[in-house]
Amino acid sequence: MLWNAVLLALRAVRRNALRSLLTVLGIVIGVAAVIIVVTLGGGATLQVTQQIETLGTNMLILRSGQRLGPGMSSTAPQFTQDDAAAIGRDIGGVAAVAPSSTQAVTAIFNNKNWSTAATGIDNAYFTVRNWPLASGRQFTPSELRAGKAVCVVGATVARELFGNGDPLGAMLRLEKLACEVIGVLGAKGQSTMGTDQDDLVLVPLHTFQRRIAGNLDVKVIQLSVAEGASTEKVTREIERLMRERRHLSGNEENNFNVMDMKEITSMLTGTTQVMTALLGAVGAVSLLVGGIGIMNIMLVSVTERTREIGVRLAIGALARDVLLQFLVEAVVLSSLGGVLGIVVALGGSIALSRMMHIPFVFNGGIIVVAFLFSAAVGVVFGFVPARKAARLNPIEALRYE
Amino acid sequence: MNAASTPLIEFRQVGKVYGHGQGAVQALDGIDLGIARGEFMAVMGPSGSGKSTAMNILGCLDVPTSGSYLFDGHAIEAFDQDQRALLRRHYLGFVFQGFNLLNRTSALENVELPLVYRHVRRAERRARARDALAVVGLAGWETHTPAELSGGQQQRVAIARAIVTQPAVLLADEPTGNLDSARSHGIMELLVNLNREQGITILMVTHEPGMAGYASRVIHFRDGRLDAAAARSAA
Repeated sequence: MLWNAVLLALRAVRRNALRSLLTVLGIVIGVAAVIIVVTLGGGATLQVTQQIETLGTNMLILRSGQRLGPGMSSTAPQFTQDDAAAIGRDIGGVAAVAPSSTQAVTAIFNNKNWSTAATGIDNAYFTVRNWPLASGRQFTPSELRAGKAVCVVGATVARELFGNGDPLGAMLRLEKLACEVIGVLGAKGQSTMGTDQDDLVLVPLHTFQRRIAGNLDVKVIQLSVAEGASTEKVTREIERLMRERRHLSGNEENNFNVMDMKEITSMLTGTTQVMTALLGAVGAVSLLVGGIGIMNIMLVSVTERTREIGVRLAIGALARDVLLQFLVEAVVLSSLGGVLGIVVALGGSIALSRMMHIPFVFNGGIIVVAFLFSAAVGVVFGFVPARKAARLNPIEALRYE
Repeated sequence: MNAASTPLIEFRQVGKVYGHGQGAVQALDGIDLGIARGEFMAVMGPSGSGKSTAMNILGCLDVPTSGSYLFDGHAIEAFDQDQRALLRRHYLGFVFQGFNLLNRTSALENVELPLVYRHVRRAERRARARDALAVVGLAGWETHTPAELSGGQQQRVAIARAIVTQPAVLLADEPTGNLDSARSHGIMELLVNLNREQGITILMVTHEPGMAGYASRVIHFRDGRLDAAAARSAA
């Protein structure tokens, strides 16, 4: 009986091919929108995760002041190089500690200048950020100790100031500091926040403090946790150590914060997920509208076929047989819309992910969910018309003109 | 099924009132009627005489508001909607004035339709529908849709649909109402054959005396009652 109803429904849909297509358009758009949004959202999340992984998932970032957030000005004292040294000395499970400070500068070479950021570092920075050099060398211990005027340029700075020429050995001016380029960093590309990670000039921390910043502050301490050590444990120990070094009493809040990459990952993917949810909701509204379209056309269909329903009832169809027939027709209609929507969505998300340079992630789950949802739309919105058909009085239905 | 002496269909003081209070209309007023197995009965009467109401009750599409309708000894007024649908499915066949075939559906599939609701398997449905079409003289027309058939042929398809289940009773509501004279007589001869050869009890509404003449018995309705005088004069 059910199979018969499906065959019958398919025939009815085929007979009114154009009308059926227009009817299910809402479902098609809704299903396609939901799948595309979720698929692209998944791709974007994957991209963010991958980019963060290139930073190193075992990285911790220690900043002065409380949690980052809007309206939070920090009056907390800055770190010093001693803090970084203490972490390396006192805390187990730390592979490398990289203190650094950054300031915006204008880099000048010959007649070209370029606004960038100067960052004072020591060699641990290359390890912690997992950032190899494209050419040249790292700083020597004596350069670091003495605060020599040498620098390593990021790929963007190298391109903007030197074009195709070789920057190694060139003299670059950073504000009042003239320094020799001894290395070029490998390109990292855009960060997850959309900033260019390669737009920077690295100098020894001492050089930075003395010649650029004019203070002994360390703005950020980045550190990598040793393989196999617990990030949580290291975080706790750093917090304890810093409270001690900063003489915080028991009830005072931390005036510094330790972020691990997991936290940053969830912060960034959280944004993507909110967007995905919002756009998905818009798609769901389209499904609702599509469902109303199906209800509308099924009501028309029931009216058109009143005599047929009368005949069926007269020759022995039960009310529930008629109900089933029209319900199945509505479900077949909406499911076809769902299938069409899935096809459109697959094509659309492959094309859009190429255009937006997001990896295409096939998500079988959302396709199954979207299909089941489209079928459910048929059940929900097909019920009223089907019940109307089933409740027809056979005598009046047979007389209907 | 009982012996021939008890009627297959029996009306006992059947009454039908439409509406309530002041606007109530007495469509049937205490009808007593017995129809034996194998009868071919014509039902006549002017419009509004109650014959359509009687046919609806006879066809188990409607129930009396008073009295009792016994079908093979079962009181139909006690049946609910589904039970009456099952009774129609298994014992009754319907032929309508307007044919009421499904459009854009082949003759064969139209005839198969009642068997679908009897859950007959596809292959058997096909075979029985072919046989029924052959009985009404439409062998070879199986794949034609109603639009490709003449009025007479369409009514034959409708009759094939009604008899494909081998019903006990065939109810025909003005089966020749939309047909010309020659085709009407053809249909009537077909009904007479079905009545004689397959023993199907036939109840037929008509307002043409010429068509009623094919029946073995004619009853007349007038103002919701049976008109005995008219019956005698017609006989």
